[in-house]
Amino acid sequence: MEKTTFTKLFTPFDNQADARFAQLRQSGRECFGAAALPTTRTEDWRFTNISPITATPFTLANNVHARVKLDSDHPTVLFVNGRFAKQAPESIGASAEIGSLARATTKLSQLARIASDRDSPFTSLNTSFLNDGAYVVVPDGNVIATPIEIRFHSLVEGNAPAIHPRTLVVVGKNACVTIVERYSGNAAYFTNAVTEIAVGEGAVVDHVKIQDESTTAYHIAHTAVVMGARSNFTTHYVSLGGALVRNEVRVRFDGEHAEATVNGLYLASGTQHIDNFTLIDHAQPNCASHELYKGILDGKSHGVFNGKIFVRKDAQKTDAKQTNKVLLLSDDATINTKPQLEIFADDVKCTHGATVGQLDPLQLFYLQSRGIPLDQARRLLTFAFANDIVGRLKIEALRDELEQRIVR
Amino acid sequence: MNMLTIKNLHARVADKDILRGINLDVKAGEVHAIMGPNGSGKSTLAGVLTGKDAFEVTQGEVLFEGKNLLDMDPEERAGEGIFLAFQYPVEIPGVTNSYFLRASVNAVRKHRGEPELDAAAFLKIVKQKMKILHMPEDLLKRNVNEGFSGGEKKRNEIFQMAVLEPRLAILDETDSGLDIDAMKAVAEGVNALRSKDRAMIVITHYQRLLDYIVPDYVHVLAEGRIVKSGPKELALELEKHGYDPIKMTVPA
Ligand SMILES: Nc1ncnc2c1ncn2[C@@H]1O[C@H](COP(=O)(O)OP(=O)(O)O)[C@@H](O)[C@H]1O
Ligand SMILES: [Mg+2]
Repeated sequence: MEKTTFTKLFTPFDNQADARFAQLRQSGRECFGAAALPTTRTEDWRFTNISPITATPFTLANNVHARVKLDSDHPTVLFVNGRFAKQAPESIGASAEIGSLARATTKLSQLARIASDRDSPFTSLNTSFLNDGAYVVVPDGNVIATPIEIRFHSLVEGNAPAIHPRTLVVVGKNACVTIVERYSGNAAYFTNAVTEIAVGEGAVVDHVKIQDESTTAYHIAHTAVVMGARSNFTTHYVSLGGALVRNEVRVRFDGEHAEATVNGLYLASGTQHIDNFTLIDHAQPNCASHELYKGILDGKSHGVFNGKIFVRKDAQKTDAKQTNKVLLLSDDATINTKPQLEIFADDVKCTHGATVGQLDPLQLFYLQSRGIPLDQARRLLTFAFANDIVGRLKIEALRDELEQRIVR
Repeated sequence: MNMLTIKNLHARVADKDILRGINLDVKAGEVHAIMGPNGSGKSTLAGVLTGKDAFEVTQGEVLFEGKNLLDMDPEERAGEGIFLAFQYPVEIPGVTNSYFLRASVNAVRKHRGEPELDAAAFLKIVKQKMKILHMPEDLLKRNVNEGFSGGEKKRNEIFQMAVLEPRLAILDETDSGLDIDAMKAVAEGVNALRSKDRAMIVITHYQRLLDYIVPDYVHVLAEGRIVKSGPKELALELEKHGYDPIKMTVPA
């Protein structure tokens, strides 16, 4: 099947798509056509076999957005099967523009500039189907107090569709915003998401991604971030669902004295496969990056952490720290970790570390000796491990939600 | 009726025989001290009574309130009212004392068929016990034993005991590593819990603690057997003469 499972959909897709992004789609398709799909011989994909995806005869998603309800106590934009469905409230005043990319008026020149179509064939594939997506623009100096949520929900009836959610976030100078991206769905489908985030000079962006796809879905995501001078970006990248998952987070420093925190939490059981690829590009001096990924693997699941840090020649005084910790809850779960530090500057501080462990029998016995049943003790200790990440989330409702998912 | 009956208990760990025929009867209201040199099997006995699975019981029987204790999981034993103050309390990063204690109290209540406590009711009980034991205000927010000094850990064990109100409390060297003031505080906490319905087994290496927690009986454990039992004065004798003369009276 290979690429044709996607390319055969180009024409039918264009028949119902807007001409607005036709040119971007075209350049995406050229890029996709020229690139080879990754195999396990491709260095950055060594531990992930995508053939279940390329072997699936995908369809275009149905337009069923009217049937999905939206309730939320903070500004939320809902997309169903990749199409804008609704948002609440309609507008959040002049403080920020949020909504559908199809109706966006400014900053569209940033599209496909933050995430390059050459980064991965799946990125150019997403651009090949660009028609709609989420759009958040925060003008210079604006501070948005409530989180803005972007929800991509897949509602599948019949054959598995390939859905290509796209998000563009542009945050102006000294502006401040919290963005929550959420992915969910029923049944079998393929989500191929690209999120582009431009963090302006001195801006502060707090990003959370909750990937809660169905356990039969495929999910490939590329989150690309470009950071201006003195800006601050934090992401908490949480993976719960999906049969085969590949997360790419690429952060590039485009100005000095910026700071990025890239944290991840991935939970897998059954035969789930979750691959985390991160690339922190210290292209400028005096920047700091902190990376902490934690994985909890049960059943016969398979986790991958592949963390790249580039420190370019002129990026003196770089401070980069990378940590990957994995908790194996079963003997059949496996993890592959591969830190890759490529350092071309000499006055830098770069550290990395990885640990793989199991639940501590002494801790389990201590809890049991206090009356706590063994399975509850296991869940409690598992949550304690995850809480290192969950506890850092600033939004209490999300902390509670994740605690429920792990403890109960 | 005995609360606890230990009959000819043998246990091993890693193919090594450690307990070699322990017999002990404990009645409600009694405090038994178990003394003995390092490595004599005191912690092993505590571990076997609480169900630590590293220990393999090869012979004998333990009855708690007439029920076969050795058939129960550790959490069931706790539910039945057995509590161990650990010699080495375990640190649990990422779990707060309040979360842990509430999970524990409610698990024990559930075992007894009592309704769970809500957050407010739980807090009320806990605050009251904290006051009695002079526990620091921030205790509940801190992670279980994480970053605690040796003395704080031991006091936290006694605090948990006070909250759980067990029927049988086993204190494993709760005095070791404590300065005299900390030891007095711990002893005060323990004495406050002495009652006619509750029994205690106080394991200690030194006689010192027994000046503050005065036992009804003292037993000397050596090489996995109780080699001598007597009234509280036996502890003083041990203090004077050490364990060796007693050990020599062990029949081969
Ligand atoms: N997990 C274990 N593995 C091997 N040997 C052990 C283990 N636990 C205890 N022992 C051995 O059992 C004996 C009794 O230990 P313990 O009960 O801790 O003594 P005490 O508490 O009286 O100092 C010691 O010789 C000790 O080395
Ligand atoms: Mg001991």
